[in-house]
Amino acid sequence: MSDGGSNPYRHPFVRWLEKRLPIISFVEHALKGYQVPKNLSILWTSGFIAGFMLVVMIITGILLAMHYVPHPDHAFDSVERIMREVNFGWLIRYLHANGASLFFLVVYMHMFRALYYGSYKSPREVLWIIGMIIFLVMMATAFLGYVLPWGQMSYWGATVITNLFTAIPWIGDSILEWLLGAPYVGAPALNKFFALHYFLPFLMFLLVFIHIWALHTNGSNNPTGIEPKTAEDTLPFHPYYTVKDLLSIAGFMVIFAFFIFFAPNFFGEPENYIPADPMVTPAHIVPEWYFLPFYAILRAIPDKLGGFVAMISSILVLFVLPWLDRSKVKSCTFRPIFRALFWVFVLDVLILGWVGAKPAEGHYIGIGQWATAYYFIHFLILVPLVSRFEKPSGLPDSLSAYYRDKGCS
Amino acid sequence: MIQVIFILTSLLSTFQVSSLEEAKVPPKRDWSFNHMLGTFDRAAAQRGYKVYRQVCSTCHSLRHVRYRHLEKIGFSKAEVKAIAAEYQVRDGPNDEGEMFDRPGNPSDRFVTPYKNKKAAEAANDGSYPPDLSLITKARAGGADYLYALLTGYQESPPAGIDLVPGKYYNPYFPGGQIAMVPPLIEGVVLYEDGTLATPNQMAHDVTTFLAWASEPELEERRRLGVQWLIFLTAFAFICYLVKRSYWRPLSQKVTKKK
Repeated sequence: MSDGGSNPYRHPFVRWLEKRLPIISFVEHALKGYQVPKNLSILWTSGFIAGFMLVVMIITGILLAMHYVPHPDHAFDSVERIMREVNFGWLIRYLHANGASLFFLVVYMHMFRALYYGSYKSPREVLWIIGMIIFLVMMATAFLGYVLPWGQMSYWGATVITNLFTAIPWIGDSILEWLLGAPYVGAPALNKFFALHYFLPFLMFLLVFIHIWALHTNGSNNPTGIEPKTAEDTLPFHPYYTVKDLLSIAGFMVIFAFFIFFAPNFFGEPENYIPADPMVTPAHIVPEWYFLPFYAILRAIPDKLGGFVAMISSILVLFVLPWLDRSKVKSCTFRPIFRALFWVFVLDVLILGWVGAKPAEGHYIGIGQWATAYYFIHFLILVPLVSRFEKPSGLPDSLSAYYRDKGCS
Repeated sequence: MIQVIFILTSLLSTFQVSSLEEAKVPPKRDWSFNHMLGTFDRAAAQRGYKVYRQVCSTCHSLRHVRYRHLEKIGFSKAEVKAIAAEYQVRDGPNDEGEMFDRPGNPSDRFVTPYKNKKAAEAANDGSYPPDLSLITKARAGGADYLYALLTGYQESPPAGIDLVPGKYYNPYFPGGQIAMVPPLIEGVVLYEDGTLATPNQMAHDVTTFLAWASEPELEERRRLGVQWLIFLTAFAFICYLVKRSYWRPLSQKVTKKK
């Protein structure tokens, strides 16, 4: 019992390990010692589900990579071989393909929740920025992965998006050639895309740990946006939020299973079951649904370079959001004007997504341009203005006081 | 660089003309595999195989399907062996370095009618008869589209449409002008089970067969899906009970305090 004081474990192996690598006490501390506001809604489980989806994608992805051939002559056929001849290959592939869509769905829920409850504000700016970096890496991974089946949408989507780099003055063409290994999307590009698609999820995995590190430094935000002050305001993460996250995951898996087994091509494009053909351009080139709002912003500007810059800016503006919104009050619950603006913004993003799915013609062009303009007006003008003049309504003294006043626990 | 410009200009032009190419929406049909637990009608699929064999396979390949897969739509092992043996498969090289032809085995893929895509185009005035192994998945409307296309040919196009020589008018095809000769003519196939081989019947059967070829995993997928949905729903319910057992004492404590 010489090393008893700091070693609280009984089991000889655990004691032995704890002395050399205190990993068990580290995990225990991260779960039981982590105090979390007691009032987190179901939206707060989206982070856990997103982490779960990342693991699902990595596992199914590794299994697919064992059978996939990254070459234009074989890629499409190797995917069909997985679907028809690999044991449960169809299940692995549908898990991966639908998993991408549901992963984005969950991450968008996670991000809109942060926007509504002001989770990006002090002291969580770095947490938010790491989250945005994860989002960027995730978008890149999804784009690269969509190219791999080498269907018509894979090929033409890759062609349209990589061609954006030629809009960069002077060095654009060289960058394109360097990225693709050729002046066009072909065998070298497919091989590179496969390598990067395999690598980036592990980078995401690392970033997720940094994200959680930053999260645990200041703790979770909560629906009131008021930082917990006393022990009355919080609960230990384990068991209260582990069981809640588990329930959420279980419910989510029912939905996930429904798509995989009964509507596995719901999110997909029929066109992508046609092998890539550089000589035949599809009538409508559309990205996957999760890129549609950004695609609409890209097409809203008639100039190629302008569209490219607008699309990049629409994501970069989120990085500086903590400094655009100067209001000390976090949650929309106590910000009536900001709350209204939030819902108008959600509507605007939905309109952009809808326009992104339509051909760039007729009324769609005008609607897309107005919606794009509003997207930037929201962040660059309305958010800073409102945060300066808005008077918060009904802000309680503490987190628990809010629920006492409302007459519930 | 020239290729890049070519691609971009063709992209811009497709955005503008795309609305002109809108095709007629195929009417919905009641397929045996439509609803959540539906399966492929075996008799129709087997008749459909015969239509594919005698009509479609003259021009269209089915290169992702192997003969042994036909067992899944109810052909016996012996029947599959006989079907495979009807085909000559190019194999090799043998020990002398020569390619040779041999009768097909159940493990062979369906023999393609042309050596390659170029040969297919050359034999069809430049139009490529698409591979059919994914046809209902690769077209919006799926099986409904395929049936509508096969039965939707019109003798004379509506006024204002000039048919390109060698094309046929079909309002379900994007652009309305299709290079495929109307394929299903009364009596082109003789069914062994006594079913009358009308064009509509053949279209129905071959669509069922090709829907199976596109999604051979469909029945297994749905069967497994039911099991998983039951299991996951039960699992979610248990998770709910566990969650409640932890959280309920908290709210009771608070109400007592009041």
